Formats: sequence, C-alpha cells, structure tokens
Amino acid sequence: METIIQGKAYVLGKNIDTDQIIPAEHLVYSLSDPEEVKMYGKYALSGVPPEQGGLPEGDVPFVQEGSYDSPYTIIIAGPNFGCGSSREHAPFALQVAGAKAIVAESYARIFYRNCVDGGFVIPYETLQQLNKMILTGDELSIDIKANTLTNLTQNVTYQLKPLGDVANIVQAGGIFEYARKNDLMASSQA
Amino acid sequence: MAQTITQKIFARAANRKFVDAGESVWLNVDVLLTHDVCGPPTFDIFKHEFGTDAKVWNPEKVVVLPDHYIFTENEHAHRNIDLLRQFAAKQGLPNYYDVGTDRYRGVCHVALAEEGFNLPGTVLFGTDSHTCTSGAFGMFGSGIGNTDAAFILGTGKLWEKVPESMKFTFEGQMPEYLTAKDLILQILGDIGTDGATYRAMEFDGEAVYSLPMDERMTLCNMAIEAGGMNGIIGVDAVTEAFVKARTSKPYEVFASDPDATYHSMYRYQVDKMEPVVAMPHSPDNRATVRSVAGTPITKSYIGSCTGGKLTDFMLAAKILKGRKVAVTTNIVPATVLVASQLATESYEGETLRKIFEDAGCSIALPSCAACLGGPADTVGRSVDNDVVVSTTNRNFPGRMGSKHAGVYLASPLTAAASAVTGKLTDPRDFL
Repeated sequence: METIIQGKAYVLGKNIDTDQIIPAEHLVYSLSDPEEVKMYGKYALSGVPPEQGGLPEGDVPFVQEGSYDSPYTIIIAGPNFGCGSSREHAPFALQVAGAKAIVAESYARIFYRNCVDGGFVIPYETLQQLNKMILTGDELSIDIKANTLTNLTQNVTYQLKPLGDVANIVQAGGIFEYARKNDLMASSQA
Repeated sequence: MAQTITQKIFARAANRKFVDAGESVWLNVDVLLTHDVCGPPTFDIFKHEFGTDAKVWNPEKVVVLPDHYIFTENEHAHRNIDLLRQFAAKQGLPNYYDVGTDRYRGVCHVALAEEGFNLPGTVLFGTDSHTCTSGAFGMFGSGIGNTDAAFILGTGKLWEKVPESMKFTFEGQMPEYLTAKDLILQILGDIGTDGATYRAMEFDGEAVYSLPMDERMTLCNMAIEAGGMNGIIGVDAVTEAFVKARTSKPYEVFASDPDATYHSMYRYQVDKMEPVVAMPHSPDNRATVRSVAGTPITKSYIGSCTGGKLTDFMLAAKILKGRKVAVTTNIVPATVLVASQLATESYEGETLRKIFEDAGCSIALPSCAACLGGPADTVGRSVDNDVVVSTTNRNFPGRMGSKHAGVYLASPLTAAASAVTGKLTDPRDFL
C-alpha cells in the first residue's frame, strides 16, 4: 500500500448524498465490464449542482465534459459525506474517476463502510472545517503513516483523525483481503 | 446488565449474552435482501471472491426482489434483471421474485413484510438504504453495499458496530390530520440528516403503538435520512397478528430493558404537532405546511416504500374523494398487492382506484419508479424546474430526476390536499 497520496484538491460542501455522487439513472452500467466502468468515471459527482462543485468559486466540474477521469485526487468536504442511498457505485465512481482519498468532517455509515470494505478510497475524518481552508486545485499530500494532510500550495499541515477500528481493513485493501489474512472467510463458512 | 432491544438482537446474532454499544461484533445474518440495481454487482463480487462455482451460504435466506428499474425501455436495466434471473437459477434461490411473471412483487421493503420475511428478533441486511423499514417488526434491518452483501452471500456473516440508541417517544392520541410521515419529518428537523449517524433510532409511546404496521414502517423507513443504522419499534399484538398471518416461522421477541442506556431521549405530544414538510433540498429542512401553504407545485407524487402502501392510499383517498386534482398526480402503489387493493379496498363506498381515477390521477404499475429518478422514461420523473410534493423519503438535489427541480417531502394527506389546489396545502383545510 502507498504511504503518500498526493494530488489536487476538489472541495465540496456538506451533505453530499450518493445521488449527487452518482445520479441513479447511471446505475444501470456494469461495475465489471471495462468499457462500461468508464461511465462511472464520466458521471462521478455529476449530480452536484454546478455552483456547489469545486469550492470556493464553484462551477468547477469534477470531471471535464467529454472526459472519463478527474484531474482531482483528494476530495475535501464538510459533514455527512455520502448520505442517502446504499449504492456502492458511489465510492466506486469516485475511484474510477481517479480519487484516492476523501477528507470530510463526517460520513454517513453505509458510504463509509463501502469505502473501507470495498477498498475504493480512504475516508479520512477531520476535526477542522478544511473545506473552508483548502481551495479547489490546491496541491495536497496525505501521509498515511503520520495521519497528516499537508497543503503544499498554502504550506500548512493538518492532523487527521486516526482511522481507528477500520485501519486494518484499509491497510489490507478491503474486507475480503482482511478476512483472508485473518482466516475469517474459511472459519465462517457454514 | 440492561440492554436496548437493538443490543439484545445483536447479542443473539453474535451468540453472546450481552454486547456493549461501540464494540464491533460479527453477526449471523438471518436474511440478505437485494434488488436489480445492487444485485448484479453483488453477485459479481461474490463470484470473484468465492469462485464461479461457489454456492451461497443458504439459498433460503437470500431474498431477491427486483423493484428499481422495471417498467423502462433501458437495455442496461433489462440486462440487470437477466443477471438476477441467471444467478437465481444457478444458485437455486427459492425467494427470487421475477419480473414479468406472477411472482413479481414490487418495492422490496414492502414486499418483505407482505411475504412474511420480517420476523421479530432477526437480523436483516439489504443492499438498499431503506432496509431499516423492517425495524417496524422489532427486528434489526440495515442497509449495506455490494461488497458487504457479497461477503454475507459467501459466509452468512458481517461485522457491525453495536450502535448506541436514541429514543423517540410519542405520547397522546394521533389526530386524524397527522401521520407517521409527519412524526419522522418532525424528528428529522430536530436532529438533522446526520443526527443519528451510526445509531439506532427507537420509536416508542402510545401514539406509535396506535399505528398500523404500514405507518410503523414509514417511521422506521426514514431512520436512514437521519443517518441511523436502524429504526426499531417493539413488538405488540399488532405486530404479532401481522406476522402470524403471513408466516409460521418461529421468532423471538425482545424488548428494551426499562433501565437501558440511551444516547439521548426525545419526547413529543402528538396532539400538539402539526402537518409538516421537508423543503428542498434536504429531508431535515422542515417547515409546517401552514407556513409554506400557497407555494405553487407542478406535480404531486404518492408512492414508494415510504408512501405507497395501502394505508397511504387510504389517507390520500379521504381527501381526493369527490375532488379533482389541479396538477399531474402520480399514484404509484409499492407492490402488486397494494395495486390490487386499490381495486378491492373502499373509502365511503367507492374503491380507491375509482376515487383516484375520478380525481384525474394517473395510476402507475408498482415499482420504485421516480422516487429515485430512474432512467429517462421513468413514470413521474421530475423534469426541468418541477416543484414536486412527494410522499417519498429523500429530496437532495436531483433525487427525483431533474437537478433543477425542488421536492417537498410530505404525508399522503398533504400530498393529496396539495394536488387538489395546485399549491402546498395543509390537509386540515379538507378534513
């Protein structure tokens, strides 16, 4: 597993629900067919009302028209990121578009579980309102071992909350990898 | 040690006597639910992780109810149904409810109740956030993603953190203008869309136990809109009569100990409460209907797991009988059973179907339909700057289709009253 995640920030507000992350009409595509999978990248965060995407200025799309991936690697958001439906297509779409981590004040439970158990993106929590301090396009670096986020553009470092209970699953890369390592799959088969 | 009902159900499923809020435990799962949107990717992950010839842990415990994108020309949606059909056939799943056959049921959360899958004391996980609906039966029901569901398919188990519980007590007699939808929208306005994140929401009090199962399901259904892991209501004679009429499977009844520990407690006096809506674009954006009365609407939508059950249509019929709707009004029964009941159940001597037809409503086939927008040809899908009053559960931007539309979440009484006037209208104006 990588120890540093570096890339550009994409900043959002609060209560970004899964319909904004991937609108329901796109959920018909396969999550395994390589050609269809691209559609999830294309439509990632396409449900966010334009003026609320790419803060503080807004009107910055996560994925450019006609493109299948995003120039942004780290999503910065307020509280309750990923609320709404259980669709795992949501963290999947963010991963397909190229996101590697999210740093939000808090998450909805199902989205958080999906990120961790599916090994799509790392859901970091922060005590600070980073979406008020970081600007879309800032160059960021997350040190996974030190649990810190550095804004290279503004030259500031923030402490992130420890991943806690789920750190082992994140490190393993998902629930299946974790369960195999810990012999949970064989022993639990009825 | 005192425990809440949710703790006791966790303890049973973890083969323990006691579980502490905050600890993570492995639960034995009683039922896994999936549908056409999340079933195919779940099955893909299952095959990838356990092998193409692997068998599910227990075919009897897997319930597959296609309901999301059913009545559409979308080819990818059709393919997803085919994938469900193939998997069910290969695995020999007895509880697959195929589209286009007389086994088709409709919206999964309502169908689970109808088919007797909701059993007190059991653990249900489903690949749908509104799986919490089943908590109305004194059981644990919660939504999960495809990976977790695939893990259950192979092992019959899942890790989960024991939630703290919040208790919401409703005292007094329900006035006729108030519904379960008003109660849950009231709570949402009080605690917000993340007010119960990772917690259990336990509903209690005389008013709650006066409600029929349909209404109790509405209450638990929207626990997820506050971020809740589950909603739950204790078991009484109403629950047991409903369950026993549908299944002979055994079950165990649990109740919260009087001295159980709660994260927080809220008390409401129902006779002091008013019909409310959640204004665009969040389920916690509460306002009394009176305070926003007169706001013009372009559509009224009565349907979904939240607001498309028989009780919801009985309530709507009270207002629509002998009146005409002023805006497009979609009646979307949750299930085939509810759809048939529109023709057999009456209000003041007229069938619900006739009441709705005479009022000028359009009655759709049972599915999730436009609650979540769906493919472009979905009935009732919002377009452009639509302003919709809807009995559904969620109104974040774009939820019912158009990113530019606004959705007011409301009770079936409020949705019906507003349909008649073409403006947001307090149902007391008609009752």
